[in-house]
Amino acid sequence: MLNVGAIRETVNMIKEENLDIRTVTMGISLYDCQSDDTKRLADKIYDKITRSAGRLTEVTRTLEKRYGIPIINSRVSVTPISYMAGGLHSTDDCVLIAKTLDRAADALGINFIGGYSAMVQKGEIDSAKLLIDSIPEALAGTGKVCSSVNVASTKAGINMDAVRRMGEVIKETSYLTRESASIGCAKLVVFANVPEDNPFMAGAFHGTGEAERVINVGVSGPGVVAAAIRRAGECDLTAVAETIKKTAFKITRVGQLIATEAAEMLGVPFGIVDLSLAPTPAVGDSVAHILEEIGLERCGAHGTTAALAMLNDAVKKGGVMASSHVGGLSGAFIPVSEDAGMIDAAVCGALTIEKLEAMTAVCSVGLDMIAIPGDTPAEVISGIIADEMAIGVVNSKTTAVRLIPAYGKTVGDELSFGGLLGTAPVMEVNTYSPSVFVKRGGRIPAPIQSLKN
Amino acid sequence: MKAVITVVGCDSIGIIAGISAECARYGVNISEITQSVLAQYFVMIMIVDIARLTCDFSDFVDAMEKHGRERSLEIHVMHENIFNSMHEI
Repeated sequence: MLNVGAIRETVNMIKEENLDIRTVTMGISLYDCQSDDTKRLADKIYDKITRSAGRLTEVTRTLEKRYGIPIINSRVSVTPISYMAGGLHSTDDCVLIAKTLDRAADALGINFIGGYSAMVQKGEIDSAKLLIDSIPEALAGTGKVCSSVNVASTKAGINMDAVRRMGEVIKETSYLTRESASIGCAKLVVFANVPEDNPFMAGAFHGTGEAERVINVGVSGPGVVAAAIRRAGECDLTAVAETIKKTAFKITRVGQLIATEAAEMLGVPFGIVDLSLAPTPAVGDSVAHILEEIGLERCGAHGTTAALAMLNDAVKKGGVMASSHVGGLSGAFIPVSEDAGMIDAAVCGALTIEKLEAMTAVCSVGLDMIAIPGDTPAEVISGIIADEMAIGVVNSKTTAVRLIPAYGKTVGDELSFGGLLGTAPVMEVNTYSPSVFVKRGGRIPAPIQSLKN
Repeated sequence: MKAVITVVGCDSIGIIAGISAECARYGVNISEITQSVLAQYFVMIMIVDIARLTCDFSDFVDAMEKHGRERSLEIHVMHENIFNSMHEI
């Protein structure tokens, strides 16, 4: 039964508090495109993607109109390309496939396509090595392709050879895209325990255990949560957590509605709703501002990790009952450049990389969209990755690193990507060298937590 | 099948008449109206039956939004399912 209070609340959330569906992502399996002829492989991939998702944007536009809620992005994720690259012989062949993905994304009118990816947590198959070597050129030569590499898992431990290599790959990508704010690095994520049904970029790909095609939806709504806490006024943290839970429930219900209807209209199974609170650089759409609304002078102040832990937990508790299938990253995102409050906190010095690292232990992703000085050595980047992977591996959770070495820039400068990717102040990095540690290579063994059988 | 129309804007003569006429033109039956004027602001929520809608729902949304723009009113039309999903377990 519709009532005026509920109607007003919903309309207000959408019109005033930036509630939106962040992404409707179609996962597409490419296994039936296998070929040892590069051109043939590219053609089959292009045809499969454009045939499968041909109506994706049309359907999301229809749903946007029907429910009056913005659906910000329609996207596609595909089978990790390293699994498709067995017949490829060179990095040029891999780049050709990346360009094919880019062309397919253009044809579909979507803004990102994910899956230029490899899983190397325990070791590298030849095609994964080839794909990783090709990443800088692939990201420099395309506009919409997103890449991810899983270098660690709780089950396998940390592949330190891959960690070392990814430090170099990030630096090369930064250099090759130096004319456009090193933007290639904004489309490259290094993961531990990567989820295989994540609808968010840059880490989305279509996992090996997924159906032929699937619809996954990512919701948003930091502004709605912050406003609800503001309305709750003076209350204790139990009441704050309850407020977040109730709000997360409502946000997720909208995600569930859009996901099931999109799936039905496209004739594709519904996969998951990702409960993540995804910020944007827009005013009133910030996870940092939620933390400040809870009672911190600035995001990054002591107490931030505890407040974020509570927020993340309450989002999950509220969201999980609202959706029949929850998956992906599901938690609060803390991307610096994509969050107005994080940007301000980083600029004024309240938020440091070390504090962000601590925060990643209790939220859904990791060191995300952080600009660092362009001259940061590759092994320091590898050291940062290793630390972040260790947090994920030991705590049986996803962690990730998306760092942007800002070519030619240093602390105090700024990188501007525009759009949802925002603006990143270049943050200070501890440059004491982890070189010997990183260069030892090998694998950090899986922790005792992995032995659950 | 129902939809919700919300209208906000400066009060003037004929707002309800205009919106009702648009609804009638597209075969939309008005079930409930809640309306008030706060200071000079006109605020209205209509619950309408869209079972006999004569066009696509998207076209009806566009027509109502256009009607609003022409009269400096903010008009939003949303299918009832979004409210039911959000506020009912």
